[in-house]
Amino acid sequence: MAPILEYTLKSIVLLLIGAGGFAYMTLVERKFIGRLQSRIGPNRVGPFGLLQPMADGLKLIVKESITPAQADKLIFFIAPAISVIPALIIFAVIPFGNSPWLNLAANINIGVLYVLAVFSISVYGAVLGGWSSNNKYASLGGLRASAQMISYELALGLSLVAVVLMAGSASLNQIVQYQHPGNILGWLIFRQPVAAVLFAITAMAELARSPFDLVEAEQELTAGFMTEYSGMKFALFYMSEYVKMIAMSALFTTFFLGGWSGPGAQDSWLLSLIYFGIKMLVCLLAIVWTRATLPRFRYDKLMAFGWKVLLPIGLANVMVTALLIVLRVPGYR
Amino acid sequence: MSSFEETVSRLLKIPVGYATVLRNLFSKPVTLQYPEQKKPMSARFRGRHHLKRYDDGLEKCIGCALCAAACPADAIYVEADQNTNAERYSPGERYAKTYEINMLRCIFCGYCEDACPTNAIVLEPIEFPTGYTREGMIYTKSMLLEAPPNGVPTTPQATQPGKFDRSIVPYPPVDASV
Repeated sequence: MAPILEYTLKSIVLLLIGAGGFAYMTLVERKFIGRLQSRIGPNRVGPFGLLQPMADGLKLIVKESITPAQADKLIFFIAPAISVIPALIIFAVIPFGNSPWLNLAANINIGVLYVLAVFSISVYGAVLGGWSSNNKYASLGGLRASAQMISYELALGLSLVAVVLMAGSASLNQIVQYQHPGNILGWLIFRQPVAAVLFAITAMAELARSPFDLVEAEQELTAGFMTEYSGMKFALFYMSEYVKMIAMSALFTTFFLGGWSGPGAQDSWLLSLIYFGIKMLVCLLAIVWTRATLPRFRYDKLMAFGWKVLLPIGLANVMVTALLIVLRVPGYR
Repeated sequence: MSSFEETVSRLLKIPVGYATVLRNLFSKPVTLQYPEQKKPMSARFRGRHHLKRYDDGLEKCIGCALCAAACPADAIYVEADQNTNAERYSPGERYAKTYEINMLRCIFCGYCEDACPTNAIVLEPIEFPTGYTREGMIYTKSMLLEAPPNGVPTTPQATQPGKFDRSIVPYPPVDASV
Protein backbone atom coordinates (compact mmCIF):
# COMPACT_ATOMS: atom_id res chain seq x y z
CA MET A 1 0.00 0.00 0.00
CA ALA A 2 2.78 2.39 0.94
CA PRO A 3 4.50 2.53 -2.48
CA ILE A 4 1.17 3.20 -4.20
CA LEU A 5 0.51 6.08 -1.84
CA GLU A 6 4.01 7.43 -2.37
CA TYR A 7 3.74 7.26 -6.17
CA THR A 8 0.31 8.84 -6.11
CA LEU A 9 1.48 11.74 -3.99
CA LYS A 10 4.59 12.28 -6.11
CA SER A 11 2.51 12.15 -9.29
CA ILE A 12 0.08 14.73 -7.96
CA VAL A 13 2.94 17.04 -6.98
CA LEU A 14 4.55 16.59 -10.41
CA LEU A 15 1.28 17.34 -12.19
CA LEU A 16 0.78 20.46 -10.10
CA ILE A 17 4.33 21.58 -10.83
CA GLY A 18 3.69 20.91 -14.52
CA ALA A 19 0.52 23.00 -14.51
CA GLY A 20 2.09 25.81 -12.51
CA GLY A 21 5.20 25.70 -14.64
CA PHE A 22 3.03 26.01 -17.73
CA ALA A 23 1.23 29.06 -16.36
CA TYR A 24 4.41 30.87 -15.42
CA MET A 25 6.30 29.74 -18.51
CA THR A 26 3.80 31.71 -20.60
CA LEU A 27 4.63 34.79 -18.54
CA VAL A 28 8.39 34.18 -18.67
CA GLU A 29 8.18 33.75 -22.42
CA ARG A 30 6.12 36.90 -22.96
CA LYS A 31 8.37 38.95 -20.69
CA PHE A 32 11.61 37.64 -22.18
CA ILE A 33 10.53 37.87 -25.80
CA GLY A 34 9.26 41.36 -25.06
CA ARG A 35 12.67 42.43 -23.79
CA LEU A 36 14.34 40.78 -26.79
CA GLN A 37 12.14 42.91 -29.02
CA SER A 38 12.76 46.13 -27.05
CA ARG A 39 9.33 45.93 -25.44
CA ILE A 40 8.35 45.49 -21.80
CA GLY A 41 5.86 42.63 -21.96
CA PRO A 42 2.86 42.19 -19.67
CA ASN A 43 3.12 44.40 -16.57
CA ARG A 44 -0.44 45.47 -15.76
CA VAL A 45 -1.93 42.55 -13.83
CA GLY A 46 -0.32 42.50 -10.39
CA PRO A 47 3.24 43.60 -9.63
CA PHE A 48 5.44 43.14 -12.74
CA GLY A 49 2.48 41.36 -14.36
CA LEU A 50 2.93 38.38 -12.04
CA LEU A 51 -0.82 37.69 -11.93
CA GLN A 52 -1.16 37.66 -15.74
CA PRO A 53 -1.29 33.82 -15.92
CA MET A 54 -4.18 33.84 -13.40
CA ALA A 55 -6.06 36.37 -15.52
CA ASP A 56 -5.43 34.34 -18.68
CA GLY A 57 -6.53 31.15 -16.94
CA LEU A 58 -9.69 32.75 -15.60
CA LYS A 59 -10.52 34.09 -19.05
CA LEU A 60 -10.10 30.67 -20.68
CA ILE A 61 -12.15 28.93 -17.97
CA VAL A 62 -15.16 31.23 -18.24
CA LYS A 63 -15.07 31.35 -22.04
CA GLU A 64 -17.71 29.50 -24.03
CA SER A 65 -16.47 26.16 -25.31
CA ILE A 66 -17.68 25.87 -28.88
CA THR A 67 -17.95 22.56 -30.72
CA PRO A 68 -18.38 22.83 -34.51
CA ALA A 69 -21.67 21.36 -35.73
CA GLN A 70 -20.01 18.88 -38.12
CA ALA A 71 -17.23 17.87 -35.75
CA ASP A 72 -16.64 14.34 -34.53
CA LYS A 73 -17.75 15.15 -30.99
CA LEU A 74 -16.04 12.38 -29.03
CA ILE A 75 -12.64 12.72 -30.69
CA PHE A 76 -12.91 16.50 -30.66
CA PHE A 77 -13.42 16.24 -26.91
CA ILE A 78 -10.60 13.82 -26.07
CA ALA A 79 -7.93 15.17 -28.47
CA PRO A 80 -6.72 17.89 -26.06
CA ALA A 81 -6.39 15.29 -23.31
CA ILE A 82 -4.43 12.97 -25.62
CA SER A 83 -2.15 15.90 -26.29
CA VAL A 84 -1.59 17.03 -22.71
CA ILE A 85 -1.30 13.74 -20.82
CA PRO A 86 1.88 12.52 -22.57
CA ALA A 87 3.42 15.94 -22.00
CA LEU A 88 2.81 15.62 -18.28
CA ILE A 89 3.85 11.98 -17.80
CA ILE A 90 7.29 12.55 -19.33
CA PHE A 91 8.31 14.05 -16.00
CA ALA A 92 8.02 10.59 -14.43
CA VAL A 93 11.46 9.45 -15.58
CA ILE A 94 13.39 12.69 -15.14
CA PRO A 95 15.84 12.76 -12.20
CA PHE A 96 15.33 16.18 -10.65
CA GLY A 97 17.92 15.76 -7.93
CA ASN A 98 20.33 13.38 -6.28
CA SER A 99 18.02 11.76 -3.77
CA PRO A 100 15.54 9.07 -4.80
CA TRP A 101 12.55 10.88 -3.29
CA LEU A 102 12.98 13.70 -5.80
CA ASN A 103 12.28 11.34 -8.69
CA LEU A 104 9.29 9.26 -9.58
CA ALA A 105 10.77 6.50 -11.68
CA ALA A 106 14.12 7.81 -12.86
CA ASN A 107 15.74 4.43 -12.35
CA ILE A 108 13.76 2.43 -14.87
CA ASN A 109 16.20 0.97 -17.36
CA ILE A 110 14.19 1.96 -20.44
CA GLY A 111 13.99 5.68 -19.63
CA VAL A 112 15.10 6.85 -23.08
CA LEU A 113 12.66 4.54 -24.85
CA TYR A 114 9.87 5.74 -22.56
CA VAL A 115 10.60 9.36 -23.43
CA LEU A 116 10.60 8.71 -27.17
CA ALA A 117 7.43 6.61 -26.98
CA VAL A 118 5.53 9.17 -24.94
CA PHE A 119 6.53 12.01 -27.24
CA SER A 120 5.23 10.00 -30.21
CA ILE A 121 1.85 9.58 -28.56
CA SER A 122 1.40 13.28 -28.08
CA VAL A 123 1.37 13.74 -31.87
CA TYR A 124 -2.00 11.96 -31.93
CA GLY A 125 -3.54 14.84 -30.01
CA ALA A 126 -2.67 17.29 -32.77
CA VAL A 127 -3.65 14.96 -35.60
CA LEU A 128 -6.97 13.86 -34.09
CA GLY A 129 -7.81 17.40 -32.98
CA GLY A 130 -7.18 18.68 -36.50
CA TRP A 131 -9.09 15.89 -38.18
CA SER A 132 -12.14 15.90 -35.89
CA SER A 133 -12.64 19.67 -36.21
CA ASN A 134 -13.89 19.20 -39.78
CA ASN A 135 -12.12 22.38 -40.84
CA LYS A 136 -9.66 22.63 -43.70
CA TYR A 137 -7.13 24.68 -41.76
CA ALA A 138 -7.30 22.33 -38.80
CA SER A 139 -6.92 19.27 -41.07
CA LEU A 140 -3.89 20.75 -42.82
CA GLY A 141 -2.37 21.67 -39.46
CA GLY A 142 -2.91 18.14 -38.18
CA LEU A 143 -1.38 16.63 -41.34
CA ARG A 144 1.63 18.86 -41.06
CA ALA A 145 1.98 17.96 -37.39
CA SER A 146 2.08 14.24 -38.16
CA ALA A 147 4.49 14.58 -41.09
CA GLN A 148 6.83 16.91 -39.23
CA MET A 149 6.93 14.99 -36.01
CA ILE A 150 7.41 11.60 -37.64
CA SER A 151 10.29 12.97 -39.75
CA TYR A 152 12.11 14.62 -36.88
CA GLU A 153 11.56 11.80 -34.42
CA LEU A 154 14.09 9.70 -36.35
CA ALA A 155 16.87 12.23 -35.95
CA LEU A 156 15.85 12.80 -32.34
CA GLY A 157 16.12 9.08 -31.65
CA LEU A 158 19.50 8.88 -33.38
CA SER A 159 20.91 11.70 -31.28
CA LEU A 160 19.82 9.80 -28.19
CA VAL A 161 21.36 6.56 -29.48
CA ALA A 162 24.75 8.27 -29.29
CA VAL A 163 24.01 9.33 -25.71
CA VAL A 164 22.97 5.81 -24.75
CA LEU A 165 26.12 4.40 -26.40
CA MET A 166 28.28 6.75 -24.36
CA ALA A 167 26.55 6.16 -21.04
CA GLY A 168 26.02 2.46 -21.61
CA SER A 169 22.54 2.66 -20.17
CA ALA A 170 19.07 3.85 -21.15
CA SER A 171 18.21 4.84 -17.59
CA LEU A 172 18.16 8.60 -17.19
CA ASN A 173 19.63 8.33 -13.72
CA GLN A 174 22.58 6.32 -15.07
CA ILE A 175 23.12 8.87 -17.84
CA VAL A 176 23.36 11.67 -15.24
CA GLN A 177 25.65 9.59 -13.03
CA TYR A 178 27.88 8.93 -16.03
CA GLN A 179 28.23 12.66 -16.78
CA HIS A 180 29.54 14.12 -13.55
CA PRO A 181 32.70 12.33 -12.53
CA GLY A 182 35.17 15.12 -12.02
CA ASN A 183 34.36 18.30 -13.83
CA ILE A 184 32.15 20.20 -16.22
CA LEU A 185 33.91 18.55 -19.18
CA GLY A 186 32.14 15.35 -18.23
CA TRP A 187 28.94 16.81 -19.63
CA LEU A 188 27.89 15.10 -22.82
CA ILE A 189 27.44 18.43 -24.63
CA PHE A 190 31.25 18.62 -24.76
CA ARG A 191 31.81 14.99 -25.68
CA GLN A 192 28.84 14.67 -28.03
CA PRO A 193 28.42 18.19 -29.46
CA VAL A 194 26.91 16.91 -32.71
CA ALA A 195 24.31 14.88 -30.84
CA ALA A 196 23.56 17.89 -28.62
CA VAL A 197 22.97 20.21 -31.59
CA LEU A 198 20.94 17.51 -33.32
CA PHE A 199 18.84 17.02 -30.20
CA ALA A 200 18.30 20.77 -29.78
CA ILE A 201 17.11 21.20 -33.38
CA THR A 202 14.89 18.13 -33.49
CA ALA A 203 13.48 18.89 -30.05
CA MET A 204 12.42 22.29 -31.34
CA ALA A 205 10.74 20.57 -34.29
CA GLU A 206 9.04 18.03 -32.00
CA LEU A 207 7.70 20.90 -29.92
CA ALA A 208 6.50 22.64 -33.10
CA ARG A 209 8.13 25.79 -31.80
CA SER A 210 9.51 28.51 -34.01
CA PRO A 211 11.31 28.13 -36.45
CA PHE A 212 9.46 24.81 -36.93
CA ASP A 213 5.98 26.08 -36.02
CA LEU A 214 4.48 25.19 -39.38
CA VAL A 215 1.82 23.22 -37.57
CA GLU A 216 0.18 26.44 -36.48
CA ALA A 217 1.60 28.84 -39.05
CA GLU A 218 -0.77 31.76 -38.53
CA GLN A 219 -0.41 33.33 -41.96
CA GLU A 220 -1.29 30.12 -43.79
CA LEU A 221 -3.41 28.08 -41.38
CA THR A 222 -4.93 30.58 -38.90
CA ALA A 223 -4.12 28.47 -35.81
CA GLY A 224 -3.54 25.06 -37.41
CA PHE A 225 -5.11 22.14 -35.60
CA MET A 226 -6.29 24.45 -32.79
CA THR A 227 -8.41 26.61 -35.10
CA GLU A 228 -11.79 25.31 -33.91
CA TYR A 229 -10.86 24.99 -30.25
CA SER A 230 -11.88 27.49 -27.59
CA GLY A 231 -12.10 27.78 -23.84
CA MET A 232 -10.52 25.09 -21.70
CA LYS A 233 -9.95 22.70 -24.61
CA PHE A 234 -7.80 25.32 -26.26
CA ALA A 235 -6.05 25.91 -22.94
CA LEU A 236 -5.17 22.20 -22.78
CA PHE A 237 -3.49 22.32 -26.21
CA TYR A 238 -1.67 25.42 -25.12
CA MET A 239 -0.68 23.73 -21.90
CA SER A 240 0.62 20.67 -23.73
CA GLU A 241 2.88 22.90 -25.85
CA TYR A 242 4.40 24.61 -22.83
CA VAL A 243 4.65 21.50 -20.66
CA LYS A 244 6.41 19.75 -23.54
CA MET A 245 8.75 22.71 -23.74
CA ILE A 246 9.58 22.33 -20.07
CA ALA A 247 9.96 18.56 -20.47
CA MET A 248 12.29 18.96 -23.45
CA SER A 249 14.41 21.43 -21.50
CA ALA A 250 14.57 18.99 -18.60
CA LEU A 251 15.59 16.23 -21.01
CA PHE A 252 18.28 18.33 -22.66
CA THR A 253 19.59 19.15 -19.20
CA THR A 254 19.56 15.48 -18.27
CA PHE A 255 21.16 14.18 -21.45
CA PHE A 256 23.69 16.88 -22.23
CA LEU A 257 24.13 19.34 -19.36
CA GLY A 258 24.90 16.84 -16.60
CA GLY A 259 21.42 16.80 -15.09
CA TRP A 260 21.50 17.88 -11.46
CA SER A 261 25.29 17.74 -11.17
CA GLY A 262 27.32 20.71 -9.99
CA PRO A 263 29.66 21.72 -7.18
CA GLY A 264 28.36 20.25 -3.93
CA ALA A 265 25.31 18.69 -5.55
CA GLN A 266 26.41 15.20 -4.56
CA ASP A 267 25.69 15.83 -0.87
CA SER A 268 22.80 18.28 -0.85
CA TRP A 269 19.44 17.53 -2.42
CA LEU A 270 18.55 21.23 -2.38
CA LEU A 271 21.66 22.25 -4.33
CA SER A 272 21.12 19.51 -6.88
CA LEU A 273 17.52 20.65 -7.38
CA ILE A 274 18.65 24.27 -7.78
CA TYR A 275 21.32 23.32 -10.34
CA PHE A 276 18.74 21.35 -12.29
CA GLY A 277 16.34 24.30 -12.20
CA ILE A 278 18.95 26.78 -13.39
CA LYS A 279 20.08 24.57 -16.28
CA MET A 280 16.47 23.95 -17.29
CA LEU A 281 15.66 27.66 -17.20
CA VAL A 282 18.64 28.41 -19.44
CA CYS A 283 17.31 25.88 -21.98
CA LEU A 284 13.83 27.37 -21.80
CA LEU A 285 15.15 30.88 -22.37
CA ALA A 286 17.20 29.59 -25.30
CA ILE A 287 13.99 28.25 -26.87
CA VAL A 288 12.35 31.67 -26.50
CA TRP A 289 15.50 33.35 -27.81
CA THR A 290 15.31 31.16 -30.90
CA ARG A 291 11.67 32.10 -31.38
CA ALA A 292 12.64 35.76 -31.32
CA THR A 293 15.45 35.25 -33.82
CA LEU A 294 14.66 32.78 -36.57
CA PRO A 295 11.95 33.00 -39.24
CA ARG A 296 9.76 30.00 -40.03
CA PHE A 297 10.89 27.26 -42.45
CA ARG A 298 9.14 26.70 -45.73
CA TYR A 299 7.28 23.39 -45.61
CA ASP A 300 9.23 21.53 -48.31
CA LYS A 301 12.54 22.82 -46.91
CA LEU A 302 11.52 21.57 -43.49
CA MET A 303 11.04 18.07 -44.86
CA ALA A 304 14.25 18.21 -46.89
CA PHE A 305 16.17 19.44 -43.86
CA GLY A 306 14.86 16.63 -41.69
CA TRP A 307 15.44 13.77 -44.11
CA LYS A 308 18.45 14.92 -46.12
CA VAL A 309 20.51 16.75 -43.50
CA LEU A 310 19.62 15.78 -39.95
CA LEU A 311 19.06 12.06 -40.53
CA PRO A 312 22.43 11.44 -42.31
CA ILE A 313 24.25 13.53 -39.68
CA GLY A 314 22.58 11.51 -36.94
CA LEU A 315 23.52 8.21 -38.59
CA ALA A 316 27.11 9.34 -39.13
CA ASN A 317 27.33 10.49 -35.53
CA VAL A 318 26.11 7.14 -34.21
CA MET A 319 28.60 5.34 -36.46
CA VAL A 320 31.58 7.47 -35.40
CA THR A 321 30.64 7.24 -31.72
CA ALA A 322 30.31 3.47 -31.93
CA LEU A 323 33.65 3.24 -33.70
CA LEU A 324 35.39 5.38 -31.09
CA ILE A 325 33.93 3.28 -28.30
CA VAL A 326 34.97 0.00 -29.95
CA LEU A 327 38.50 1.37 -30.48
CA ARG A 328 38.55 2.36 -26.76
CA VAL A 329 39.56 5.94 -27.49
CA PRO A 330 40.13 7.74 -24.14
CA GLY A 331 37.06 9.66 -23.06
CA TYR A 332 34.79 7.28 -24.92
CA ARG A 333 34.25 4.71 -22.14
CA MET B 1 31.01 30.40 -54.85
CA SER B 2 30.43 26.70 -54.50
CA SER B 3 27.24 25.54 -52.90
CA PHE B 4 29.18 24.20 -49.90
CA GLU B 5 30.86 27.53 -49.22
CA GLU B 6 27.52 29.25 -49.65
CA THR B 7 25.92 26.94 -47.10
CA VAL B 8 28.72 27.57 -44.62
CA SER B 9 28.56 31.34 -45.03
CA ARG B 10 24.81 31.20 -44.51
CA LEU B 11 25.18 29.07 -41.41
CA LEU B 12 27.69 31.55 -40.00
CA LYS B 13 25.06 34.27 -40.25
CA ILE B 14 22.77 32.51 -37.78
CA PRO B 15 24.86 33.35 -34.68
CA VAL B 16 25.02 36.95 -35.90
CA GLY B 17 21.23 37.00 -35.85
CA TYR B 18 21.13 35.53 -32.36
CA ALA B 19 23.60 38.17 -31.13
CA THR B 20 21.58 40.99 -32.69
CA VAL B 21 18.45 39.83 -30.91
CA LEU B 22 20.30 39.41 -27.61
CA ARG B 23 21.65 42.96 -27.84
CA ASN B 24 18.08 44.23 -27.45
CA LEU B 25 17.97 42.63 -24.01
CA PHE B 26 20.41 45.25 -22.76
CA SER B 27 18.79 48.21 -24.48
CA LYS B 28 16.09 50.42 -23.03
CA PRO B 29 12.56 49.35 -24.04
CA VAL B 30 10.87 51.71 -26.44
CA THR B 31 7.48 51.11 -24.83
CA LEU B 32 5.52 54.09 -23.50
CA GLN B 33 3.21 53.27 -20.57
CA TYR B 34 0.32 54.83 -22.45
CA PRO B 35 -2.31 56.18 -20.12
CA GLU B 36 0.37 57.46 -17.72
CA GLN B 37 2.98 58.53 -20.26
CA LYS B 38 1.99 60.22 -23.47
CA LYS B 39 3.93 61.04 -26.56
CA PRO B 40 4.15 64.79 -27.24
CA MET B 41 1.92 65.59 -30.20
CA SER B 42 2.42 68.14 -32.94
CA ALA B 43 0.60 71.41 -32.30
CA ARG B 44 -1.26 70.89 -35.58
CA PHE B 45 -2.32 67.33 -34.78
CA ARG B 46 -5.98 66.83 -35.68
CA GLY B 47 -7.38 65.40 -32.46
CA ARG B 48 -10.93 65.93 -31.30
CA HIS B 49 -13.13 68.88 -32.24
CA HIS B 50 -13.70 71.92 -30.07
CA LEU B 51 -16.24 74.68 -30.62
CA LYS B 52 -14.58 78.04 -29.87
CA ARG B 53 -15.89 81.27 -28.35
CA TYR B 54 -15.01 84.93 -28.80
CA ASP B 55 -13.39 86.77 -25.91
CA ASP B 56 -16.76 88.25 -24.91
CA GLY B 57 -18.16 84.75 -24.40
CA LEU B 58 -20.31 84.52 -27.53
CA GLU B 59 -20.02 81.33 -29.58
CA LYS B 60 -18.18 81.59 -32.88
CA CYS B 61 -20.48 79.02 -34.48
CA ILE B 62 -23.29 80.62 -36.45
CA GLY B 63 -25.09 77.41 -37.41
CA CYS B 64 -24.37 77.71 -41.15
CA ALA B 65 -23.76 73.92 -41.49
CA LEU B 66 -20.97 74.40 -44.00
CA CYS B 67 -18.97 71.95 -41.92
CA ALA B 68 -21.73 69.36 -42.31
CA ALA B 69 -21.72 70.01 -46.07
CA ALA B 70 -17.95 69.66 -46.29
CA CYS B 71 -17.80 66.51 -44.16
CA PRO B 72 -16.87 63.54 -46.40
CA ALA B 73 -17.98 61.07 -43.74
CA ASP B 74 -21.31 62.79 -43.08
CA ALA B 75 -20.51 62.82 -39.37
CA ILE B 76 -21.79 66.30 -38.46
CA TYR B 77 -25.37 67.27 -37.79
CA VAL B 78 -26.27 70.96 -37.27
CA GLU B 79 -29.65 72.50 -36.49
CA ALA B 80 -29.76 76.30 -36.49
CA ASP B 81 -32.10 78.62 -34.61
CA GLN B 82 -32.76 82.38 -34.45
CA ASN B 83 -30.73 84.66 -32.12
CA THR B 84 -32.61 87.40 -30.27
CA ASN B 85 -31.12 90.34 -28.39
CA ALA B 86 -32.59 88.96 -25.16
CA GLU B 87 -31.09 85.50 -25.71
CA ARG B 88 -27.99 85.81 -27.84
CA TYR B 89 -25.69 82.82 -28.42
CA SER B 90 -23.59 84.11 -31.29
CA PRO B 91 -23.17 87.28 -33.32
CA GLY B 92 -25.55 87.69 -36.27
CA GLU B 93 -28.89 86.14 -37.04
CA ARG B 94 -28.52 82.48 -36.22
CA TYR B 95 -26.72 80.06 -33.93
CA ALA B 96 -26.38 76.29 -33.71
CA LYS B 97 -29.15 74.93 -31.51
CA THR B 98 -28.00 71.36 -32.04
CA TYR B 99 -24.46 70.49 -32.97
CA GLU B 100 -23.54 66.81 -32.99
CA ILE B 101 -20.49 64.96 -34.28
CA ASN B 102 -20.51 61.19 -34.55
CA MET B 103 -16.94 60.37 -33.53
CA LEU B 104 -17.30 56.84 -34.91
CA ARG B 105 -17.91 58.22 -38.40
CA CYS B 106 -15.43 61.09 -38.23
CA ILE B 107 -12.24 60.45 -40.19
CA PHE B 108 -10.41 63.46 -38.69
CA CYS B 109 -9.67 64.96 -42.10
CA GLY B 110 -10.13 68.53 -40.85
CA TYR B 111 -12.33 69.64 -43.80
CA CYS B 112 -14.84 71.05 -41.29
CA GLU B 113 -12.10 73.33 -39.97
CA ASP B 114 -11.35 74.52 -43.50
CA ALA B 115 -15.00 75.08 -44.35
CA CYS B 116 -15.86 77.08 -41.22
CA PRO B 117 -16.27 80.79 -42.06
CA THR B 118 -15.75 81.87 -38.43
CA ASN B 119 -13.04 79.38 -37.34
CA ALA B 120 -15.52 78.10 -34.80
CA ILE B 121 -14.59 74.41 -35.10
CA VAL B 122 -10.98 73.43 -34.44
CA LEU B 123 -9.37 69.99 -34.18
CA GLU B 124 -6.89 70.14 -31.32
CA PRO B 125 -4.29 67.67 -30.08
CA ILE B 126 -5.98 67.15 -26.75
CA GLU B 127 -7.81 64.06 -25.45
CA PHE B 128 -8.86 61.56 -28.03
CA PRO B 129 -12.50 60.44 -28.18
CA THR B 130 -13.05 57.06 -26.52
CA GLY B 131 -16.17 55.37 -25.19
CA TYR B 132 -17.98 52.15 -24.41
CA THR B 133 -21.24 52.72 -26.32
CA ARG B 134 -22.21 53.95 -29.77
CA GLU B 135 -24.53 56.51 -28.20
CA GLY B 136 -21.68 57.83 -26.07
CA MET B 137 -19.58 58.42 -29.16
CA ILE B 138 -22.02 60.98 -30.54
CA TYR B 139 -20.60 64.19 -29.09
CA THR B 140 -23.23 66.86 -28.42
CA LYS B 141 -22.83 70.60 -28.45
CA SER B 142 -22.33 70.79 -24.68
CA MET B 143 -19.42 68.33 -24.95
CA LEU B 144 -17.80 70.13 -27.86
CA LEU B 145 -18.24 73.72 -26.75
CA GLU B 146 -15.37 75.13 -24.73
CA ALA B 147 -15.97 77.05 -21.49
CA PRO B 148 -16.17 80.86 -21.72
CA PRO B 149 -13.03 82.83 -20.77
CA ASN B 150 -12.61 83.70 -17.09
CA GLY B 151 -15.05 86.28 -15.72
CA VAL B 152 -17.17 86.33 -18.87
CA PRO B 153 -20.83 85.23 -18.75
CA THR B 154 -21.80 82.15 -20.73
CA THR B 155 -24.40 82.04 -23.51
CA PRO B 156 -27.20 83.00 -23.87
CA GLN B 157 -26.37 86.65 -23.11
CA ALA B 158 -28.67 89.65 -23.16
CA THR B 159 -27.16 92.18 -25.62
CA GLN B 160 -27.91 95.68 -26.85
CA PRO B 161 -29.98 95.89 -30.06
CA GLY B 162 -27.91 96.67 -33.15
CA LYS B 163 -24.52 95.66 -31.73
CA PHE B 164 -24.34 92.12 -33.15
CA ASP B 165 -26.37 92.43 -36.36
CA ARG B 166 -23.70 90.86 -38.58
CA SER B 167 -22.23 87.39 -38.20
CA ILE B 168 -18.69 88.13 -39.34
CA VAL B 169 -17.91 91.71 -40.42
CA PRO B 170 -17.49 94.23 -38.78
CA TYR B 171 -17.41 92.13 -35.66
CA PRO B 172 -13.75 91.36 -34.58
CA PRO B 173 -11.71 90.28 -37.60
CA VAL B 174 -11.12 86.53 -37.78
CA ASP B 175 -7.61 85.57 -36.76
CA ALA B 176 -6.30 83.87 -39.88
CA SER B 177 -3.17 82.58 -38.21
CA VAL B 178 -4.98 79.97 -36.11
